[in-house]
Order: sequence, then C-alpha cells, then structure tokens
Amino acid sequence: MFSNRYIFIYATVLVIVSAAILTLASVGLKPYQDKNIRVEKMQQLLGAVGIQSTPKDAEELFQKYFVEQHAVNAKGEIVASIVNGKQTAGTISPFGLDTKKQLALYKANDASASLPIYICMKDGKKSYVVPVMGNGLWGPIWGNLAFSEDLNTIVGVNFDHKGETPGLGAEIATLDFQNQFKGKQIFDNDNFTSIKVMKRADKANPHQVDAVSGGTITSNGVSEMLKSCLQFYIPYFNSLKK
Amino acid sequence: MAGFNFKLIKNPLSKENPITVQVLGICSALAVTAKLQPAVVMAISVTVVVAFSNLIISYLRNTIPPRIRIIVQLVIVSLLVILVDQVLKAFVYDVSKQLSVFVGLIITNCIVMGRLEAFAMSNKPFDSFLDGIGNGLGYAVILITLGVVRELFGSGSLWGYQIIPDSFYEMGYQNNSLMIMPPMALILVGIIIWVHRARNKDLCEK
Repeated sequence: MFSNRYIFIYATVLVIVSAAILTLASVGLKPYQDKNIRVEKMQQLLGAVGIQSTPKDAEELFQKYFVEQHAVNAKGEIVASIVNGKQTAGTISPFGLDTKKQLALYKANDASASLPIYICMKDGKKSYVVPVMGNGLWGPIWGNLAFSEDLNTIVGVNFDHKGETPGLGAEIATLDFQNQFKGKQIFDNDNFTSIKVMKRADKANPHQVDAVSGGTITSNGVSEMLKSCLQFYIPYFNSLKK
Repeated sequence: MAGFNFKLIKNPLSKENPITVQVLGICSALAVTAKLQPAVVMAISVTVVVAFSNLIISYLRNTIPPRIRIIVQLVIVSLLVILVDQVLKAFVYDVSKQLSVFVGLIITNCIVMGRLEAFAMSNKPFDSFLDGIGNGLGYAVILITLGVVRELFGSGSLWGYQIIPDSFYEMGYQNNSLMIMPPMALILVGIIIWVHRARNKDLCEK
C-alpha cells in the first residue's frame, strides 16, 4: 500500500516535472509560433488589398507593397512611422501594435491609445489599410479594410473569426460576403456614417451591405466593429484630407 | 524485454479497431476529416500521444498509487498533448488552425485513456508502446479513409490539390456538400462498420 505521504510527494514531483518540460517547450518554440502569427497578419493585410500570398512569400510581398506604416492616435496625430523599412518617427513598430489592447485603451479614453495604418502602393495606386476588431456571436472577429486614396471608398476587405458558426456567422470570412464591400463608402458628405450590415440591404446604397442569413448577431457584430474602429481613424482621415 | 509482438500492432488495425469495433474517438473522427491534410496530422498526433503515454505510464505503473492513477494518467496525457499542440503551432500553423480545439481534445479522446487503463497499467513498456502505435494506426486508417472520401467527393481535391478535372464540372458535376458536413462522416463510419462486420462474422453480437 502507498502512504498518504507517498501520494502527496508523488503527485507534487510529477506536476513539477511536467511543468518544467512544458515551460522549456513553450520558451523554445515561441520564436517559431510568433513568426507564424506575424506572417498570418501580413497575409491578411495583403488579402485586404487583393494580393494573394503564401506563408513563404508573404513577408517579401508585404515589404514590397506596404511602403509606409504609421501609428496614429485618436486625435489624428502620427506617433510613429516606418517608411520603406526605416523608422522615421517615434520608436514603436506600428505593425507590432496589439489591436485588441489599443482598442481597450481607446474605449477607456486613454490618450496613449494608438492604432496602425498601412499605406500600400500597388500598380501606382495608393491605398490605406486599417485593422478592425470586434465581437461576433461566439468570440472575437477581426479584419482589415483597404480604402482608396479618397479615404472614403473601400477597395477591399477581409474578415476572419475565431469560432463563428460554420455555414452561418462564419460566412463573413468568405469572398462572397467580403466582395459586397467593394465600392462602399464610409462618409456621407463628410459625415462619418460607416457601413451597416443589414437584412434586405439596398445594393445601390453606398452605406449598406447584405447581412449573412442566419448570422444576425455576427452581422451586427461586423457593423458595430466597423463603426467603433473606424471612429478612431476619423480625425486622422480628416487631417489628411485638409 | 519480450520480443517484438507483431499482434499488438496488427490487431487494432482490424479486429480490435478503436473506431469501428471499440467505437471510441468518434467525435474527432467526425470533426477533422472534411479534408485529408488535417485528418493525417490528427492521426499522427493521436498515434504519438497514445504510444508515448502508454510507454510512460507503463514505466511508472508500479509506482503509481492506485488512488490517484487516473489523475496521474491525465497529467501525462495532457503533457504530451500540449507538447504536440505547441509543435503543430510552430511548424504546421495552418493545419493547427484547422484542427483548433481538437488537438486539445485528444486529452479526452477515449482511445488514449482506454489504452492506458486496459493495457499500459498491466503490461511491459515496450509492449505498451507497440499497443499504442497499433491503436493509433487503427484510428489513423479510419481517419484517412474518411478524409480521402470526404475531400474527394466534397471538395473535388486531395491534400488541397484538385483531382476532379474542370471538364467534369462543366458537364454539370457538382461537389457533394453533404460530404463536408459532420453527419456524412457518421454515415461513412456506419458504412465502414457494416462492411467490416459483414466480412468478420465473429465481430457480430448475438
């Protein structure tokens, strides 16, 4: 028979050894995992401007097309810039900003909140790409919006989600849904109106997009995400237009 | 150490197959087999976890206090599953995203706990290791079969490469979208069990 003392010691040693092994593995594999996450983020940004990429060439294409990255604050001021791979202002990397954390700061009215904006040059055309993040039905949803030079018309979007219902809410990640956004506008005579994802949307209306049938809460989540995240960039957009 | 007991690998492939005969591990078999690639990665992951947890538990079996044996088994299984998950995240990121929670759920896969309790707790390490490999492969055979059938007829491709030529689609052929839904996997498992039992009468219950 085993004594209680033995059982306690056995369990303790087992757990400590396991924890040590897991810590080692986690620390050792972290660089590879971080690289995968970086590459995925680049692929999503490239996707928003309609450039297909594979995990292998994403980094190269990103450097080629995304010539400028800026971090802007809620007042519309640039706090950091990287132009052609060189830090020209500030010290932080706009690409490295955690959208979720920064949005939380913004919601708490913290003046230090800043979000990235990427400038893409493709075939001589300039486009501005901004990340958005919000909540769907089951978890977070996020995406990137690419605007044309007028900072009003959308040229491309992509959305992704953590775990929306397949066939319903998860449809926001399909091209059919995303292509609807092309050509939509977020300003109505200089007033920020965002884009609404709704049932029986009027195709001719530049501020409406058809919702996913059976995915009402996810669709509303997309509307809400666009409105709240784009709000952040409005001062910056206005400062560029002047 | 006893010699190489080939039966330990061969039996789970057919007569003691974990999915079709013991009916274990069905949940993940339905969830990850819509495409071949995740099915293969899942099969390898489960095989690795079963084989090594069997090996480790079998080495420890005489030191494990019976009162906490399930907890000890769970700790070992979780340890291996988390390691597998971390490795997948580092080296096959896209597949690991498709498998999502199902890698973590290997911990609760009945095949793993079943083999630990039924075999590793009372057999020698090397035999237990072979038993783990055998059961993992038995699971793999079914997963890969499902993956091939479902991806071929559901998406017209295998391992992501298009197999069914465009000319078929032009002639009106369509992918069967039921194939990529979980219910079809259950129906396919049913068909496999049916065929398997029809050919092995001794498996049929009286």
